[in-house]
Amino acid sequence: MMPPIDPALATLIVPACAALVLVIVPFSRLGGWINVLASFLTFVAALALLIVRPAAGALLAVDDLNIVFIVINTLVGFTTSVFSAGYIAHEVETGRLTPRYLRFYHAMFQFLMGSMNLALLTDITGLMWVAVEFATLTTVIMVSLYRTREALEAAWKYFILGSVGIALALFGTILVYMAAQPVVGDGLPAMTWGTLLANASRFDPALLNIAFAFLMLGYGTKAGLVPLHAWLPDAHAEGPTPISAVLSGLLLNVAIYAILRFKLLLAANPGAVAPGPLMMTMGLVSILFAGFMLYRRRDVKRFFAYSSIEHMGIIAFAFGLGGPLANFAGLLHMAMHSLTKSGIFFSIGHMTRIKGSQRIADITGLTSSHPLLGWIFVASVAAIAGLPPFGVFTSEFLVVSSAFAHKPLLAIVLVIGLLVSLGALFLRLNSLAFGEPTGSLAPSRMTHAPMILHLAIVLGAGIFLPAAIAAWFQHVARMLG
Amino acid sequence: MGAISFDLAHLLAGSLVLMSFVMLYQDRLPSLINAFALQSALLAAAVAWQALAQRAPHLLVTAVIAVTLKAIIIPLVLRYLIRSLGIHRTIETVSGIGPTMLAGMVLVALSMGLMLRATEASNVIAREDIAFALSVVLLGLLIMVTRRNAVGQVIGFMSLENGLILAGTGAHGMPMVVEISVAFSVLIAFIVIGIFLFRIRERFDTVDVAALDRFRGERQ
Repeated sequence: MMPPIDPALATLIVPACAALVLVIVPFSRLGGWINVLASFLTFVAALALLIVRPAAGALLAVDDLNIVFIVINTLVGFTTSVFSAGYIAHEVETGRLTPRYLRFYHAMFQFLMGSMNLALLTDITGLMWVAVEFATLTTVIMVSLYRTREALEAAWKYFILGSVGIALALFGTILVYMAAQPVVGDGLPAMTWGTLLANASRFDPALLNIAFAFLMLGYGTKAGLVPLHAWLPDAHAEGPTPISAVLSGLLLNVAIYAILRFKLLLAANPGAVAPGPLMMTMGLVSILFAGFMLYRRRDVKRFFAYSSIEHMGIIAFAFGLGGPLANFAGLLHMAMHSLTKSGIFFSIGHMTRIKGSQRIADITGLTSSHPLLGWIFVASVAAIAGLPPFGVFTSEFLVVSSAFAHKPLLAIVLVIGLLVSLGALFLRLNSLAFGEPTGSLAPSRMTHAPMILHLAIVLGAGIFLPAAIAAWFQHVARMLG
Repeated sequence: MGAISFDLAHLLAGSLVLMSFVMLYQDRLPSLINAFALQSALLAAAVAWQALAQRAPHLLVTAVIAVTLKAIIIPLVLRYLIRSLGIHRTIETVSGIGPTMLAGMVLVALSMGLMLRATEASNVIAREDIAFALSVVLLGLLIMVTRRNAVGQVIGFMSLENGLILAGTGAHGMPMVVEISVAFSVLIAFIVIGIFLFRIRERFDTVDVAALDRFRGERQ
């Protein structure tokens, strides 16, 4: 049975139309619900892609690699829109945000989702770059939403570093075109993933190497890898919490996806240097740096932003290590981290709402004052720390074991990094979740459903990963080489 | 490729790098804006010449965008902006002119050494262009890091984008999509920055980015 419209196109058209509608609708609860509906429809369209794989078009191409990302992207987009509807409405009620500033909030959310979907689905390197740039600009505006001194500083820093990163990525994209042009010929084919990959073995390796260095720096900035991470904690801490969830859960993934795509080209070229060592180094530095930085954080959102840097490091390390097992672990870790971290930001949204503060010192004893929220949070932090039986444990275990098999020395560094951050997570969890509750004890009126859903998926994947999904991940992992 | 055609392309691309150096040592905002406008006009000429040399008329659109937007409109707006903010008389650079120029020369040497070696297989004009383009990109970055002033940083960023457009047109037959989108995103970026400047002004009464450093979430 063929659906009436191409589902790949639908994941772009639905957010675009919804954004247009939301621009017209004045800010209200209705806008929030339109946002939820549109995000749900996009998610359904992405699910349809699993069943009906459309033929590669001129601009869009769905393959085994990006379909994983598009499903995660739209799922987290949908749950975030549910969370965001309640969160933003509450911010308006308490007067922290005025409807005037929020006029285009939901429209921008849809625009952001559409841009990320385009970056994931497009078949053209240049178009992917444009989509990532649009996604960056949208998030910059959203980070500045509170218009406080700190929010402006965060947004400005994010904007400048993000633009420089994106400029370097464009330079890398142009260099890849220059490498491809003598082989493939002028015009669009030299910017299409399929054609590039098929002919990559005949590209000039020296040019490809330099291109990858630029792409790694450029998209690595977007992924928040140390030493290009400076924007990330500020942007997470000062923006609205739903945006922190989307930034950590999705936008970082999109940047990693872009790096992976270009890594495929290098892997297909025998003369090019292996991209692995660069990725592994940046990954390990990120893990260690973020692990130690976690101990000094006093702000709960900043704390988990550093945890995101650590996890991006694990992912970069896994893909840098390469081989079917490490790639499988990297992919699984991306999926698990997305779901867990956005879930954690949802619960942070609840607790900062209740306590009226983001300082770790102001939030204590959640399990006794708000049992449901508190225990969801405890479980989520246990999950992100990589404890069994959650899915993150599976992926981290695979990364560590394949690191021991191939690079035992690096594996020791990796394990030290993981333990350091584990310690920090439990140190903070102890004061956040247990002990005597302080501050406001008012119940949270926002829905807990998105957090529970995320946690259930992560738990489910940790206990039993369905054979079909595992086979899929393995197939993609082999594709990544 | 005729000798004159090559020489002219070389000259134009080289003068873009020269203008980057000129921008590097401007210590007043109006002259920095003038230097940027001149660089954008040179970029437009370089792109137009590539359009003729490559027989790619669509590149002329890029040239027109560069000349109208970056050489005329944006400098005018910026000049209005600094006047209304009352910062048209002052500019401070972070380090001295001497070290900055030296750093600039090192960056140019680096990009020449890197790109000319890596692109031996490509045709001559593309090689020269990409090497110059990387120099402009790196010098743009240097301009950004040596300015404390938000307007100065924005100009550094746009100069960096000039280098990217030079690289894009130098790559033979690069599809149109990218160039238009580059120009388009420059515009959007500019609007965003404009909004920022006004908000920063509104909140801090200064566009000196150093003022932003006074507060960090951590230092309470």
